[in-house]
Amino acid sequence: MLKKPFFWIMVATVIAFVVMPIFGGIGVRESLFLAAVYMILALNLNLMIGYTGYVNFGSIVFFGLGGTLGIYAITVMGWPLWAALIGAAVVVALLALLLGLGILRLRGAYFALATIGVVEATKSFVSNFDPFGGSTGMYISFSSYKPLGGPREALWIVYFLVIAVLAASLLLGYMIKRSRFGLGLFAIREDEDAAMVLGVKAPLFKAIIYSVSSILPAMAGVLFFFKNGVIQPDQAFELTLSIEAIVMLMLGGQGTVFGAALGGFAYEQFRGYLLTSATFSNFHLVIAGALLLLIVLFAPGGLTGWLHERWSLTRRVLE
Amino acid sequence: MTHLINVEGVSKRFSGVQAVNGVSFYMDEGEILGLIGPNGAGKTTLFNLVSGVIPPDEGRVTMLGEDITGMAPYNVVNRGLARTHQIVKPLNDMTVLENVTVGACFGREKLQLGKAREHALKVLHTVGLADRKDVLAVHLTIAGKKRLEVARALAGNPRLLLLDEVLAGLNPTEVAGMIEVIRTVRKETGIGILMIEHLMQAVMSLSDRVMVLNFGELLATGTPEEVANHPHVVEAYLGDPNMAEKLMARQ
Amino acid sequence: MIGILVSVINGLLLGSIYGLAAIGLTLIFGVMKVINLAHGAMIALGMFALYFLATSGGMNPYLALPLVAIGGFVGGVAVYWIGVHRVIGRAELMSLLATFAVSMIIIGLGTALWSTSPYNVQINIPGVAIGNYTIPGNHLVAAVIAILIAAALYLFLFYTRLGKAIRAVASNRQAAELMGIPSTRVLAIAFGIGIGIAAVAGALIATLFPFTILSGGGYELKSFVVTVLGGLGNPAGALLGGLLLGFIEGVVSPFVDVSWTPVIEFSLFVVILIAFPMGLFRVGRGK
Repeated sequence: MLKKPFFWIMVATVIAFVVMPIFGGIGVRESLFLAAVYMILALNLNLMIGYTGYVNFGSIVFFGLGGTLGIYAITVMGWPLWAALIGAAVVVALLALLLGLGILRLRGAYFALATIGVVEATKSFVSNFDPFGGSTGMYISFSSYKPLGGPREALWIVYFLVIAVLAASLLLGYMIKRSRFGLGLFAIREDEDAAMVLGVKAPLFKAIIYSVSSILPAMAGVLFFFKNGVIQPDQAFELTLSIEAIVMLMLGGQGTVFGAALGGFAYEQFRGYLLTSATFSNFHLVIAGALLLLIVLFAPGGLTGWLHERWSLTRRVLE
Repeated sequence: MTHLINVEGVSKRFSGVQAVNGVSFYMDEGEILGLIGPNGAGKTTLFNLVSGVIPPDEGRVTMLGEDITGMAPYNVVNRGLARTHQIVKPLNDMTVLENVTVGACFGREKLQLGKAREHALKVLHTVGLADRKDVLAVHLTIAGKKRLEVARALAGNPRLLLLDEVLAGLNPTEVAGMIEVIRTVRKETGIGILMIEHLMQAVMSLSDRVMVLNFGELLATGTPEEVANHPHVVEAYLGDPNMAEKLMARQ
Repeated sequence: MIGILVSVINGLLLGSIYGLAAIGLTLIFGVMKVINLAHGAMIALGMFALYFLATSGGMNPYLALPLVAIGGFVGGVAVYWIGVHRVIGRAELMSLLATFAVSMIIIGLGTALWSTSPYNVQINIPGVAIGNYTIPGNHLVAAVIAILIAAALYLFLFYTRLGKAIRAVASNRQAAELMGIPSTRVLAIAFGIGIGIAAVAGALIATLFPFTILSGGGYELKSFVVTVLGGLGNPAGALLGGLLLGFIEGVVSPFVDVSWTPVIEFSLFVVILIAFPMGLFRVGRGK
């Protein structure tokens, strides 16, 4: 692994994320924080869409449920942040495993529809579930930031924790891609029936990857909403963000770690530019939609696919 | 004695059509059994029933004494049964080597990735695809894809190989090449091979025994010579009463 | 007791409109295996089309419906050629994303033009009284229109040349092409009809409730539930699925807080999708 150039590209990326806000200040940190969250969502969604070929339209449910459970653990049960992170990730991963064994019996469009149903069912359940604060959600009191040394320090710590989750997402995507397990997933993506006849235990593989792809987004959800100070169901389970994660993946190129990471980063920058620009702020959705349509129609391989077509070198370096 | 595979009275209906009806047969290690019959006789369905792709309505399939009836295909592979597809199913966006490595990784031996790759290379040499190992499977010719099917199935070191029309659609040179591959496989590994084939001379020359399926039922089983002279087979399938002589003469 | 009866009747009336909206979605899926994620946006456009025809245009809302339908058809055919045609037959992710992109563009433009504050179409039709309860007149009229449109579509699909061509392409595009049916044109027309129906369903909803450009989203989700109940790609099943969904809402609402209905609906949706992927009603599938 240490001899592969792409491993060092990943290391350099993480170092850049750590160093840049230390010199650039809080403004840079805020932008990079959101970019890192987007990259985490795209990288983990890539495990399903890019590696396994299953279009998960509802990946946001991991992020939202992780956030909800984590914030509940912190505010109501008084858990420290680290325990809430692990607890939320474990519960979400187990739920995803059970759910995955069920809904992954569906293929293609049916699976995509079911994942939308899962988001909406979870959102409406959480909105009605009083322990989670119902539709108004939960607020984090200042005292919750105290163990981290106060709100200012907490923001820095949460930032570095998100970067740690980002690093883990990069490494996870990279290691699965180069593993025997990953080879089985690719076989499922290309032809599930053929894969099973070659000995790949498709139902189990799919449920495991669905569950694995939920862990780090759940942690990102805890951190995002902990920093946010409030979590509301409408915001935590926003189907649009789920689909934006797919857009990021398409933009960068599905199936590659590099593409997913680049797509998440580029999309955040692009969105930030549209939202702040005087001309485009009213039309950011229109422009994002037009961009998506152009990618789908004319460059379905995304940026990585486009690079691979021109230089065979990138195919070997960018994984 | 326990046979390599023993199939007892398997049947399958599809919405009113009896695709396979009470078929029984057995095979032993090192044996090549040819399966012939007109289109729609239920040959591929029988393959699907044996390899776990479709569970049978009735009947029993045992492998080396173990009941594998209705097992999921990946578990059947685990017991050492591998198959190819009549309509080839290459893993398109993966290289030839990766395709075969999948077979090696998840076949009977469950090799680790590095070992699997080495083994896959060996198998690619056997089937004559070694020079194309880095090509994406989608870019292979039809003959190449058929060889890939065989290579993937072989890579898991099966005890029994089911070949579904691996010669169909190939030109005479390619047919000769593929027959050579099958002979090599039998010589080098000594596994059992069950092959569906329409190309009569090939079946008759390769097989130790031949069975004939018609309307889902077993019409006859025996040596190539016996089968070719069997009156029912001549009537149902070969059509020409002199066909048997012609086939035997070609050998 | 009467309260429950009235609640069920109201549910069924609404359900017929859910069914109509879902027919638009399921027709498109049945013919070209595309799940149209711009469905909700098209429903919302239908609402606004009716609003402007009725207020700025001064038309009777019900007489404006055919115009909405025609507009929806033309718009649908245009969307097909711009965004959908190139992704037909490719991985389902592509068609999902292409139609979602169209949805983003429409919602974005709609938000910029009309904001997200509610609009309202005024209609006064006397209701029908049952005991102390009243069934609103506009709901009755809307349900009747919805069922008439569904019946007309059925007649069209089964008794006209074009309808038969659409069904032929749906069941086997290659074979239809070999029989001399220009399948690409048929796909464009089917997409147009699907969108036209979605737009009319939106217009009918606009005669019942206040709406915003975002209102279509909720009905899109309901359409998913309905199509799954009825079987994806099965228009007759969609109408029954709509009525069933309306019935469930009607039965549940006197007992459970309204905010819980989506929990029930979507859980049912996922469970039915897993257990009966072909839908509950296998009707209207005759060859």
